[in-house]
Amino acid sequence: MAGKKRKNDGEEILTENKAESRADRKKGKKKKRNRNRELWIVTYVFILCMLAVIGNEIYFVYAESETAVNNSYNPRQELLASKNIRGQIMSADGETLAQTVRGEDGEEERLYPYGSLFAHVVGYSTRGKTGVEYLGNMALLNSNAAIGEKIQNELTSQKNIGDNVITTLDVEVQKAAYDALGVYDGAIIVSEPSTGRIIAMVSKPDFDPNEIAAIWDDLVADESSSVLLNRATQGLYPPGSTFKMITALAYYRQNGGDVSGYHYQCTGSLTNNGHRISCYHGSVHGSLDFQKSFEKSCNSSFANIGLSLQLEGLEDTCEDMLFNRKLNLSIPTSQGSYVLGTDAGDYDIMQTVIGQGKTQITPLQLNMITGAIANEGIAMKPYLIDRIENYNGGIVKKYEPEKYATLMTPEEAGFLTGLMEGVVENGTATRLRGLSYTAAGKTGSAEFSENKADSHAWFTGFAPVDDPKVCVTIIVEGAGSGGEYAVPIAKRVFDAYFSQ
Amino acid sequence: MALVISDLSKYVIAVFMALYTYESFAAFRGRNEEKKEGIYTRQIICMFIVHFVSFAAICLETSDLSYIIFYGFQQILLFATIALFRAVYKDASRLLINNMCMLLSIGFVMLTRLDFDRALKQFKIVTLSLLLGLSIPYLIKRFRFLEKFTWLYGVFGVFALAIVLILGAVTNGSKISYSLAGYTFQPSEFVKILFVFFVAGMYAKSKDFLQVVITTMAAAAHVITLVLSKDLGSALIFFVVYVVMTFIATRNYFYLILGILAGCGAGMVAAKIFSHVRVRILAWQDPWSYIDGSGYQITQSLFAIGTGGWFGMGLYQGDPTAIPYVSEDFIFSAVAEELGVFFSICLILVCLSCFIAFMNVAMRMKNEYYRLIAAGLAVVYIFQIFLTIGGGTRFIPLTGVTLPFISYGGSSVLSTLIMFCIVQGIYCIRAEEGEHDGRKEAEE
Repeated sequence: MAGKKRKNDGEEILTENKAESRADRKKGKKKKRNRNRELWIVTYVFILCMLAVIGNEIYFVYAESETAVNNSYNPRQELLASKNIRGQIMSADGETLAQTVRGEDGEEERLYPYGSLFAHVVGYSTRGKTGVEYLGNMALLNSNAAIGEKIQNELTSQKNIGDNVITTLDVEVQKAAYDALGVYDGAIIVSEPSTGRIIAMVSKPDFDPNEIAAIWDDLVADESSSVLLNRATQGLYPPGSTFKMITALAYYRQNGGDVSGYHYQCTGSLTNNGHRISCYHGSVHGSLDFQKSFEKSCNSSFANIGLSLQLEGLEDTCEDMLFNRKLNLSIPTSQGSYVLGTDAGDYDIMQTVIGQGKTQITPLQLNMITGAIANEGIAMKPYLIDRIENYNGGIVKKYEPEKYATLMTPEEAGFLTGLMEGVVENGTATRLRGLSYTAAGKTGSAEFSENKADSHAWFTGFAPVDDPKVCVTIIVEGAGSGGEYAVPIAKRVFDAYFSQ
Repeated sequence: MALVISDLSKYVIAVFMALYTYESFAAFRGRNEEKKEGIYTRQIICMFIVHFVSFAAICLETSDLSYIIFYGFQQILLFATIALFRAVYKDASRLLINNMCMLLSIGFVMLTRLDFDRALKQFKIVTLSLLLGLSIPYLIKRFRFLEKFTWLYGVFGVFALAIVLILGAVTNGSKISYSLAGYTFQPSEFVKILFVFFVAGMYAKSKDFLQVVITTMAAAAHVITLVLSKDLGSALIFFVVYVVMTFIATRNYFYLILGILAGCGAGMVAAKIFSHVRVRILAWQDPWSYIDGSGYQITQSLFAIGTGGWFGMGLYQGDPTAIPYVSEDFIFSAVAEELGVFFSICLILVCLSCFIAFMNVAMRMKNEYYRLIAAGLAVVYIFQIFLTIGGGTRFIPLTGVTLPFISYGGSSVLSTLIMFCIVQGIYCIRAEEGEHDGRKEAEE
């Protein structure tokens, strides 16, 4: 604001001077104005250059500095840590998820009362910083305690108490998700589609952040299980049949929004040029229209649909669905990839459109796509920090929901919602049928090895259908089919959410 | 307690800096100098408060008597400068004197905070420079035959730069300075001024095509010598000044466009030939990927500005010394970190106010020679600020030039002071011109 005000001052002078020269001209000194034209041009150009420098500086401080300064190379972090006691991380319902306590010897220790429950999403702060410990680092290090108190602390050489970070996380939902995933490896994200608030985020295998110093060397040495990786945001998986949502959307777009003409007779497999696609566990689905193909997640029918697709259209749709680009989020994420190209062979096409092939996606990306379907096509920016408070509860900063991108039109979102509702009513997710809330979703069983029996179980969906409040994405590694393993977990998460 | 004082002091400093900045633009309204007496007085009060409150914070933090004494000396020097210029040169621009003192005082504050010994050294140089500078407007006004030695300026300039190239010490991969009795001396800072006199002299004589060609060749000799010394920041300043002065003198847009195209072409060639140019461009495009190496300086600078925020961390509360070469090349980032981004923007605007004052006298001058000198020096001044602040805030790639009056460096502060005093001399000549006009009109 101040910069702007100053700018106006600068302009005022110039216009004043201009007014003067105009007055001069009236007096018949026309020559004088012309004489100085080049000087005026040069003056203006350099003033513009300097205003651009100022504008750039303001933009940096306003829009970029918050993430930029939160870097382990910034030595000011240690400076702040020596002055202030790191603040608390709290859940949306006011539970403490992380806090710093001082032992009798004066040593500070970071404690995580819920142990491994929030391991990845809250993170740790002593071996580098991850999760909310990373995202909210600068706020946790800063203190907005009352000035009088700061004076007192200074006089008695006490540290100030740092600000608290209030997250969007809900302890009950997190617990339900954590318990439901059980002994399996995998990830669960629960979010609010209309805002992008993340209500719960689980990744397994997990660890106890209280023990991070003791277990660190083992965790780093163990390359096979990647315990420290937050699978929810950085794990890349084949999307399996959840990709059929995208194939369906591409087909819907290609056919101008009318899929009523589609019909297919499923015999359990489709063979094209000697390549064979089979339905899951050799099921034979019989006579299918488009809706039924989606509900039953019929591989043969979708391979058939895929062969009729223009690959440019499918690629465009995938790019709309945030593939092949770095997500512009403060949360560190991996990049989903779609690499079919436009001159692929039939077999690759058939594989890709049913979510096998080389396509890779993170649970977070799938959750954003599902959230967009629930939110009339608009994906909201996922966020974990609701607000920053000083330790007395005075609000320092409140984060507002932000739109991330429009992925599809409301009509397209409605079309996919209809398909996904059918999956719950008549298809592979009937375990969510007849409950106190309505749900819509898509299951997936992503094969990840030569052995066809091994597959990751996927579910992504939302509830209630008419007014979506919550969006859940689940992957259970190596469990089996999505309908059998992921859908019951989704039910427990939905139940926990709606029981509040 | 010191923490609280420095916490509060930064707001006081910001407010009075803002008032000062406002007045430094208000001073352009109207031409009646007598009516502006109030503006200049308010500026001096603001300057005094900013300087005093800053040093109050510094003294409380350090609890060292020598800082209070040092403050006293600075205060005497600044007021003596204002009083002496006013007494000796009644026609000098009081706005420029005030701005110069304001910038010097900010420089003293920051240097004292960063490195007391360097601040002392800088203070001595500034004192000597001001004594020398006091005579310059008189010399400019008196010796109207400076134009006769035009060629000498050009030849001497290239010669001085060439000596640096051959003999000079190697600093930071660029050969830019002589060492003399413990003081390193950077000739390009002074040759800049000679160069402006040279180009102004050439075009004041004639503006025909042949003259432009000859001047261009001489300018090219300067620029190429600097490029060979790997002093690309200075090379860029010389080049831009030459193009702008040619445009102003010839009033030919063709030369301007040709100059811009040539500049772009030369830039691309430089990026191809010189690996250290490429490195700087890469570090500018994506400093975060090179944070361990070539991007270290710029990211540290951004950390400083970003962590400081709008109103800064307060003096001694930040960590500006983490930026390599902070007192020479990144003092702006140190100012932004501890005194705040708001303050730093005011600082840019005060520099802009100086530039406008330079251009203002150029516009009012009738004598082509002095007119070109004023405009040329204005461009030297503002373009250097553009390079250093733009570089430190990642608006443009880093070039490693100083922030005039504020950065540490004797050559930099002395040459800037000479520039300001030359312009003051031109203000005095302008006043005579005005009187002359007045008489003529009366006679008619």
